[in-house]
Amino acid sequence: MKTLSPAMIMLVSASALALSACSRNAPEDLPPPPVGTTDADSGFDNSGPMPGSRADFIAQAGSDTIYFETDSYDLDPEDRALLDAQARWLVANPGVRVTIEGHCDERGTREYNLALGERRANSAKNYLAARGVDAGRMTVISYGKEQPVALGSNAQAWAQNRRAVTVVPVG
Amino acid sequence: MLSSMPIFVRRIAWFLMAALIAIPAQAQIEGDVVGGISNPSSIAVPDMPTPSAVDTPAGNTADLGRQIAQVIEADLRNSGFFNPVPRNRLRRVTMDQVTAPDYAAWNQVGAQHLVQGYVQAGSNGRLTVGCYLYDVFAQSSLDRAGYEVDYADWRRAAHRCADMVYARLTGEGAYFDSRIVYVAESGPKNNRTRRIAVMDTDGANHRFLTNGQSIVLTPRYAPDGRTITYMSYVNDEPRVYLFDLSTGRQRLLVDAPYMTFAARYSPDSRYVVFSMAVNGNTDIYRVPVTGGRPERLTNTPGIDTGGSYSPDGSRIVFESDRSGGQQLYVMNADGSNQRRISFGGGQYATPEWSPRGNLIAFTRLGGGFRIGVMRPDGSGERILTNSWQDEGPSWAPNGRVIHFFRTPRGDSMPALYSVDITGRQERRLPTPVGASDPSWSPLQD
Repeated sequence: MKTLSPAMIMLVSASALALSACSRNAPEDLPPPPVGTTDADSGFDNSGPMPGSRADFIAQAGSDTIYFETDSYDLDPEDRALLDAQARWLVANPGVRVTIEGHCDERGTREYNLALGERRANSAKNYLAARGVDAGRMTVISYGKEQPVALGSNAQAWAQNRRAVTVVPVG
Repeated sequence: MLSSMPIFVRRIAWFLMAALIAIPAQAQIEGDVVGGISNPSSIAVPDMPTPSAVDTPAGNTADLGRQIAQVIEADLRNSGFFNPVPRNRLRRVTMDQVTAPDYAAWNQVGAQHLVQGYVQAGSNGRLTVGCYLYDVFAQSSLDRAGYEVDYADWRRAAHRCADMVYARLTGEGAYFDSRIVYVAESGPKNNRTRRIAVMDTDGANHRFLTNGQSIVLTPRYAPDGRTITYMSYVNDEPRVYLFDLSTGRQRLLVDAPYMTFAARYSPDSRYVVFSMAVNGNTDIYRVPVTGGRPERLTNTPGIDTGGSYSPDGSRIVFESDRSGGQQLYVMNADGSNQRRISFGGGQYATPEWSPRGNLIAFTRLGGGFRIGVMRPDGSGERILTNSWQDEGPSWAPNGRVIHFFRTPRGDSMPALYSVDITGRQERRLPTPVGASDPSWSPLQD
């Protein structure tokens, strides 16, 4: 993430809100509370995200998304710091398999962007693997420019769309 | 999922011709084929009479005679070579006049050429369409043909007639009687539904081949017209599939744990050249259509993709970013002798070799996407379009017209366009929803 634009901050907060709202609305999905024990280090309570969940991952790692420069799949220090935090969570939750999505902005041709998105997803995957996450738990998929999050045709929208997203399954 | 595709159209014997008329070799349309034409030829396409008005599953033959004339007229107008005489100035043609036109009367309405014919319901449950081309100024017959089609395929008889006229008067190859496969797009940009669709070149007989549940991209017609290849995200595994148009069955091209994409057929329809992304490195491979082990053709660390065969099958043009940005390269079909052919400013992508062999169409990137053509040695580059994003050129069977898709800025829909290799006759193709990734079929059998 080179510069965190207000739109980006809103985006991240919006998805965090959406996810926490989701877990609040689905209390029946939560496991029964522990009986007769105190589990002090689980960090688990009814108001926070369920351990191992997508919301928990985003809360603990800070974000599920790293951003790239134009036509690049290099990781900068900010990306690496975020991936370090993602790796810590993934190592602590060894039962979770993730899909890493690679995405591009609209300023490349369709087929090239499929390849570029695959490069970006692999950049993230290789870094996480080097930080101790078993490569067998990570699947990469490229969506090229086919699934943008920002719909505009301007520098701000393009910056938001050049991304790799570490997707923890819902539920 | 699909009904049977093969349709039979054949030239039929000439039973209405009173006598063979010598066909003069003169009278091709004036105009520089490379530079385009400044004065489209005036042509009259009157309603086709019928010897007896009969109701058929496709309508009454008298109505079909009018509709067929209109399809022919639209094809000819859309080619850019012809300026049809307005229909309200056209004269009624009797059956007798089909083979003996009233030249003086057609001269009076300003028609340089005349296309007329007849429509007849056959006893065999098929439709017969006669098609005659006359030079009004020279008062001579130029060409004639007859087509026997199933009633449902009446438009094909019209396209075949238009093809005969176009080929005879321009010297170019035919292309109206062909199909287009493309990606139909609907919904907002961040949640778009994509379906493979096929249609006639004029947008008629539109049909969806996939249901939109999975993302589908980059469909390509096989040169034999029997199958298409495309990429689907079914099961969240983006892979190239082959789709049999007669059975509706689809089959995975290569069973590999990696993304496969950017597939195109060899000219003999026996191989598919495609790209596979392995741990961040994309290379070009080829594999027999019937299956088997893929053969790797490139092995640079960059992105090598967009392979497209020369019409003789001996070479492949592709794009690679091995030099930094995307550029065009040509190699032998076995991967040997790779050399760069694009050296202009900006980047070059999505090459497609013309079925004539003389040109390569591409997308040029830099301040926008534009469609262009160059010779296979990289010389003679010409840019044909100018818009925010024009991408993905695909050649007509005659190597004279190019389809591509144009995407406006923002949350908007792409659309299909065609352009002549002169850069003229740019035209939007009608589609029921948004459209991208056009690929032209061969001329139909």
